[in-house]
Amino acid sequence: MQSDFETLADDLCASIPGHEVLLLSFDGETSDFVRLNHGKVRQAGRVEQRVLNLQLVHGSRHSSAAVVLSGDHAADTSRCLATLSELRSQLPLLPEDPHLLFNAEVSSGTHVGANTLPDAADAIDEIVAAGEGLDLVGIWASGGVHQGFANSLGQRNWFTTHSFNFDWSLYHQADKASKNSYAGTEWDSDEFARTMAKARTELDVLRRPARTIEPGAYRVYLAPSAVDEITGLLSWGGFGLKALKSKRSPLLRAAEGKASFSASVTLSEHTGAGLSPDFGPSGFRKPARTTLFENGAFSQTLVSPRSGAEFGAVTTGASGREAPQSLEMEAGDLSTDDMLQSLGTGIWVNNLWYLNYSDLPACRMTGMTRFATLWVEDGEIVSPLNVMRFDDSVYRMLGEGLVGLTRERELLLSASTYGKRSTDSALLPGALIDGLRFTL
Amino acid sequence: MFETIAARFREQMPAVDFCSLRIARERSQQISTRQGVLQPLHNADDLGGMVVVHHGGGIGYAATGDLTASGLAAALRTAQEWARRSADIAVTNFSAVPMPHPVGSWRTPVHKPWAQSPLEDKIALLQRTSTALKIDERIVDWEASLWWTSAESLYLTSGGGEVHQVQDVLIPHMAVAANDGKDTVTRSLGGRGFARQAGMELLDDVVLDERAGGIAEQALELLVAPDCPEMKGNLLLAPDQMMLQIHESIGHPLELDRILGDERNYAGTSFVTADMFGEYQYGSELLNVTYDPTITNQLASFGWDDDGVAASKQYIIRDGLLERPLGSVVSQHRAGMEGVANSRATSWNRPSIDRMANLNVEAGKSSFAELVAGVKRGVYMQTNVSWSIDDSRNKFQFGCEYGRLIEDGELTSVVRKPNYRGISATFWRNLVGLGDASTMDVLGTPFCGKGEPNQVIRVGHASPVCLFADVEMFGGA
Repeated sequence: MQSDFETLADDLCASIPGHEVLLLSFDGETSDFVRLNHGKVRQAGRVEQRVLNLQLVHGSRHSSAAVVLSGDHAADTSRCLATLSELRSQLPLLPEDPHLLFNAEVSSGTHVGANTLPDAADAIDEIVAAGEGLDLVGIWASGGVHQGFANSLGQRNWFTTHSFNFDWSLYHQADKASKNSYAGTEWDSDEFARTMAKARTELDVLRRPARTIEPGAYRVYLAPSAVDEITGLLSWGGFGLKALKSKRSPLLRAAEGKASFSASVTLSEHTGAGLSPDFGPSGFRKPARTTLFENGAFSQTLVSPRSGAEFGAVTTGASGREAPQSLEMEAGDLSTDDMLQSLGTGIWVNNLWYLNYSDLPACRMTGMTRFATLWVEDGEIVSPLNVMRFDDSVYRMLGEGLVGLTRERELLLSASTYGKRSTDSALLPGALIDGLRFTL
Repeated sequence: MFETIAARFREQMPAVDFCSLRIARERSQQISTRQGVLQPLHNADDLGGMVVVHHGGGIGYAATGDLTASGLAAALRTAQEWARRSADIAVTNFSAVPMPHPVGSWRTPVHKPWAQSPLEDKIALLQRTSTALKIDERIVDWEASLWWTSAESLYLTSGGGEVHQVQDVLIPHMAVAANDGKDTVTRSLGGRGFARQAGMELLDDVVLDERAGGIAEQALELLVAPDCPEMKGNLLLAPDQMMLQIHESIGHPLELDRILGDERNYAGTSFVTADMFGEYQYGSELLNVTYDPTITNQLASFGWDDDGVAASKQYIIRDGLLERPLGSVVSQHRAGMEGVANSRATSWNRPSIDRMANLNVEAGKSSFAELVAGVKRGVYMQTNVSWSIDDSRNKFQFGCEYGRLIEDGELTSVVRKPNYRGISATFWRNLVGLGDASTMDVLGTPFCGKGEPNQVIRVGHASPVCLFADVEMFGGA
């Protein structure tokens, strides 16, 4: 796809007169998706898509359009030139945009990851065989994901990664299940077998009679995937400059110095270690690291080019959502291996689900436990727990309530496929929390 | 253009048990202002095709933006290969699914086409609205937008099926945030609930610049209001909260693919099981829920679903009794149950799955005044702002933008951050009052997420004002 994109970009940029600027951003993928239920195939197929966003700028007026490309150069060029004509006709009707900002200093770069992926159908055969006799449900996604940027100033950027992500659950019955993920760039049958064996072991625990607890405050261990749900909700408007300036950020009180997390909480957008490209649709390159919280205190924000222009800040090259794509939380000093003992009596939460704010300015969240949530007594797993709703302030959970974070962290690759396969990731520890409030 | 693509497909139709091509083109334009500044104008023209093959019991699909003859040929080969590879390991014998082969066309009735309204007039409307929203210095953020979409599709099957459909959608929106230095509150035009299939005539009903002042004033009311008190009592829900309540705790748990387990790894399972249909008292006798994609101008109306099943109105819950799941032709075949025409895909790049479309609560007989008059102590809540529910769609907690106490049969003071929680399995049985047609709003949301790979789709929900008893309610931190 890279050469197709660059050839098309060259032709389109060559058509732009000197008083205009053209920005092109590209998203493409060739993905195999196989959906499984009860260890069998529900849907299997391939999606090949190429989407080009064209932004035409004249002075401080601009308009944009997204078009789906066919891959046929002549047809795509013709379609894009027609689109540019439409955009050009819109520009005189639009007011000047005081917040327009794009990268005017050429900063090109290329990252192309090797393709060592297995044949998807072969992998599915192996998965189905491994799931024989088990109630396995999930999604296989694999293939190449591509992003590109070009502008009429001469900048060219390209990013390709080839990966697979098998995201699945083994069910005991009803809502009792072990949730698992095996993702990477190279399929390793032995590693998959180990992951499956671990899931089978967890299933044994889930076969015990489930316990229902009364609402109240409990000591809990949140595994990294559960922490990911909390930081994931925080990422919706929590770390961006626009939400902060418009007083809509759930972390506004922290930014104003009225609230903080425990000193052991340090969060950053670590693009340099992430799996996403380091360029955005306006052509700005992202810094290797942006520290969001340092030792519990609010630090920097993610700044889109538009917010940079509006609020007079330096852009971090963030997208319009101003959300982290490679979030990293510093490790703590608790041992995951000793966590059952550290937890003592309480709840081991592997997964949370469907979080939202019950009081956004107070950063108070509610959400559910899901999959394998376990009741622990005196350092021993006793039984699975029926789902419970928590409702608590994150300032308390990651503040006075935070006993500690684990030394070990997990790299969690996003399985999101809304519109396209995500390249987001998060590197997170587990968290031991005292007095998490459960309500229902 | 569609006919040329269709001819290419017909020429290459393989000898398989079933094959279909769904060509989908979706053109859209989003115009928005924030704090009086026009935001980047965004246009889109999305065109592609989805080939589905059932053969030898297997299923395969291929989605492509390349609709040339060679592009379709490649897609057909890919779909056939996946059908071959899945034949011995499929959840059902897909070749035995009685796929329909319909012929027809359907189109949203539009009286004032979007394209005939000048761009500058739409921008001017939004800027007037923006000005009308900024009524006080405590209004710290304000926005208004119009989001138009025209979705055209042509569905072709190997049995001669050919259905052409066009859905025109308009989503007006406006919202403010108010801050007093200590706290922030938000107020909007029903979330994005006033989303309908319509042309610009929708704005004759939903007059943005006239309604703007009221929304901003309510935000300022909230800013000085006390938090919703913690209490257990009567909860009166406006249609723009009922929309969410129906969606999360009736719609999703009754999707047959969830009941069959397809969604357990992502969107979740259901507390409803197949044996409950025809037996289970889902709600009080006041509760009548219909699935009806045939309603003119509701957000998710169509003539046929994406598997070619003709749309029709069906009772899902009648007099509180659970009757029928939201199950497509494939799910019906797997479960051996009757369902509805609800196989839908968000675009050409995703396979269709079981979905809601227009899922509505039928009107009752009480006026709004009568509902309020019957409440000794309770809260009236409007406009969803927060939603969370367990993966079985049972334990929920929802928050609203705006609340008013009901005391001794009268609406009294405004309360902010009104939240409530409950359990689907008991909540609907406590439906004790049902508004009449004068209390109904026809609403919808463009953002229903589900499926692996993930999909977001438009769904419609119409509802009267509804009164529930014995609900736990509370406010902010």
